[in-house]
Amino acid sequence: MISRTHVHCTVNGDEVDFLADDATSLLDALRDELGLTGAKEGCATGDCGACSILVDGAVNCACLMFAAEAEGHEITTVEGIADGDHLHPLQQVFLEEAALQCGICTPGVLVSAKALLDHNPNPTEAEIRYALAGNLCRCTGYDKIIHAVQEAAVQLNGASK
Amino acid sequence: MRYAAPTTVDEARDLLTGNPGSRVFAGATDLIPQIRAGRPEPSVLVDLKRIDQLVSITESDGRWTVGAATPTSALTGNDAFTAAFPGLSEASGLIGSDQIQNRSSWGGNLCNASPAADSVPALVANDARAVIATGDGTRTVPVEEIVTGPGQTSLADGEFVVEFEVDAPPAATADAYLRMIPRTEMDIAVAGAAVRLTMDGDTCTAASVVLGAVAPTVIRVPEAEAALVGSTLDDDTLAAVAAAASAACDPIDDKRGTVEYRRQVAGVLAKRAATIAAERAGGAS
Repeated sequence: MISRTHVHCTVNGDEVDFLADDATSLLDALRDELGLTGAKEGCATGDCGACSILVDGAVNCACLMFAAEAEGHEITTVEGIADGDHLHPLQQVFLEEAALQCGICTPGVLVSAKALLDHNPNPTEAEIRYALAGNLCRCTGYDKIIHAVQEAAVQLNGASK
Repeated sequence: MRYAAPTTVDEARDLLTGNPGSRVFAGATDLIPQIRAGRPEPSVLVDLKRIDQLVSITESDGRWTVGAATPTSALTGNDAFTAAFPGLSEASGLIGSDQIQNRSSWGGNLCNASPAADSVPALVANDARAVIATGDGTRTVPVEEIVTGPGQTSLADGEFVVEFEVDAPPAATADAYLRMIPRTEMDIAVAGAAVRLTMDGDTCTAASVVLGAVAPTVIRVPEAEAALVGSTLDDDTLAAVAAAASAACDPIDDKRGTVEYRRQVAGVLAKRAATIAAERAGGAS
């Protein structure tokens, strides 16, 4: 028998309620129940980071969480990073600097990079590389991603002065 | 498979004793991939993270108490803890990416019972104890008595680790942990070494040397400890530490490291970790 749990949480600022099969991952609930397909399933083992989301501001793999665990928490996906029609500086710079190729890893990279800059507005290159170590990209070779995060940090710091 | 999120240790104990085949979890970073890989589904998934005691870090009267489900990112982010146990903090911080760090815990790292668990050698080197919830109370045992082999623990059905106790180190005492992986991040130890030393000036007066990933469980190396005590960590002593560590290994042979390689590297790591621990403890090296 499949057991289900009622989940009430905040997703990208909106309060949501859904019924989750107890065996379902938060990633599947986000994609299939809530229609938020930004987070991707790459490996489903927590290695690739394509499903990265924020839980109360901390980066997590949505594939390694049961949906029921979201109860009461604030979830942020890549869909919640922009401010209405205004892209987050990270998103804008990733476009301008072409810091992606196939794009599968990009939502997770953006979420991880946002978590980094939220906690550390002036990261070194090494800090960026460690912070993104859980986000695998098989296209870019990472350099464009790293440079884009550095540029976004500059823009965010300029905007806050 | 049913999900349950108890808020007290008693509630968790009742769930486990009342439901054969149930299983506790903290970060689920091992559990979920294991279920996807075809391991039997638990009857009840008992999420321990809603129990405040299991997600807390406290220090009182020279004793640190860390909830078994506390995310390791909370340990590495705790400056007082990291100052007291730099090696244990760095070992805890090596478990996976930032994504994993926000979920991984000492309880999970220990009870998943991988020989390569990074936090376990450093816990053992610091004489950490695990407080275990039993069917009708608790028992407290040294961490080194929990894991009995790969994937095997000494916990009885229905038992789970509630918290860890680690005494604040004595004066002039410090630890260090080093591991070898084929890349710089996001990998599982091929060999690991935790060393804790107490120094009196340039002389070592107490030593713990514990290896990970080179035997079915983490292992202490008493011969290396004996070589360190009374020494000034001169070259001959460090060579003896490395030789003792290499000799103590009983490693597997796989694509990530041959038996010979793991033995060699374990010795090198033990020697280097001893040097770092001595420096941190305020002694010469």
